[in-house]
Amino acid sequence: MKRAPCLILAILLAAAPALGAAGGGLAPQPGDILPVIELEAPGDADQLRYLGLQAAEPFRIGDIQSEVVILQVFSMYCPHCQREAPDVNRLFETIEADRRYRGRVKLIGIGAGNSGFEVGVFRQSFTIPFPLFADESLTIHRQLGEVRTPYFFGVRIAEDGAARVFYSRPGGLDGAAPHKFLKILLENAGLQW
Amino acid sequence: MRIIAAAVAALLLLPVLGGSRAPAQPATWQEDMLYDPGPLAPIDSRLKVRVGEPAPDFTLPALHGEPVTLSRYRGQKNVVLSFVPAAWTPVCSDQWPGYNLARALFEARDAIVLGITVDNLPTLHAWTRQMGQLWFPVLSDFWPHGAVAERYGVLRSDGVSERAIFIVDQRGLIRYIEVSDINRRPDLESCIGELEKLAP
Repeated sequence: MKRAPCLILAILLAAAPALGAAGGGLAPQPGDILPVIELEAPGDADQLRYLGLQAAEPFRIGDIQSEVVILQVFSMYCPHCQREAPDVNRLFETIEADRRYRGRVKLIGIGAGNSGFEVGVFRQSFTIPFPLFADESLTIHRQLGEVRTPYFFGVRIAEDGAARVFYSRPGGLDGAAPHKFLKILLENAGLQW
Repeated sequence: MRIIAAAVAALLLLPVLGGSRAPAQPATWQEDMLYDPGPLAPIDSRLKVRVGEPAPDFTLPALHGEPVTLSRYRGQKNVVLSFVPAAWTPVCSDQWPGYNLARALFEARDAIVLGITVDNLPTLHAWTRQMGQLWFPVLSDFWPHGAVAERYGVLRSDGVSERAIFIVDQRGLIRYIEVSDINRRPDLESCIGELEKLAP
């Protein structure tokens, strides 16, 4: 009988790698509160206005004046992100062209491991119209579970500024039309459109 | 018997508990094809050239077209020699796609990138196909193994090269050397800034 606890321990230890593989570096999942992410305000007045920020000061995702924030984690160095960039631009245009979404859904990008210079290269190369933020130190990337790029989060912003995740998936649009991707993404936001 | 049953039940539960938060990854994801060696010693070689010296000339087989000789760019282009350690490894696999995007920045400074690894051509063929159409030559320093990396002093003791950048000006002189931590991507801005200094 004394060997039984050892047997259980041995079985659990043998299974530990499986648990670690599934549980390491986890991205916030639907239902989770998004970690508090601090961003530098964009220098561009139009983008400040887009985000609904009053001043060019550091802000949090929950400070963005919107019911939903779609957050794309990308890297200038990621070939997938480069290939998808035109589609993500069309996603932004789809949001802005639809009165159901315009003003209620905002799109931003976080450049994982990218300097401001590198984010600038990405922005300029693809004429990206929505705000992009550098995360050179990978601080935000770690907060977001060190996800692969590209990765999309859908976050609902409560009136008190709490940001709750309702969509969390690797990959991008993967060939889907932007309006279809948007519909799939928003259907779990719990809002009427 | 009951103890064993409890242990088996606990074992069955583990993947469920862990997997409930693990995002499913598409099978075709490029990163799944990469080999991650884990953290490595940042630098494992000793430079054999210095800024201001003539860049040692070499001829290496290129992935596309004829072999490339460094000295052929003399009087025509500044050259950025980009040594990366190995194909199919995480940092290397996104460094050159970044240079792909920054093509206009290099060309505006009369610069060409020569990408060099110690891998053979078939490996480089398969690997670079994942990157889109690279605009610069990709060269194989496979045989004699790592001879060019060794001549520049960036061949590591395990046979791969350092992650290193050498900027060679149009006179064939080395103007900038950056041997990065092998685990990290070199900063693009500093490379472009150094090229900027070469402007007449």
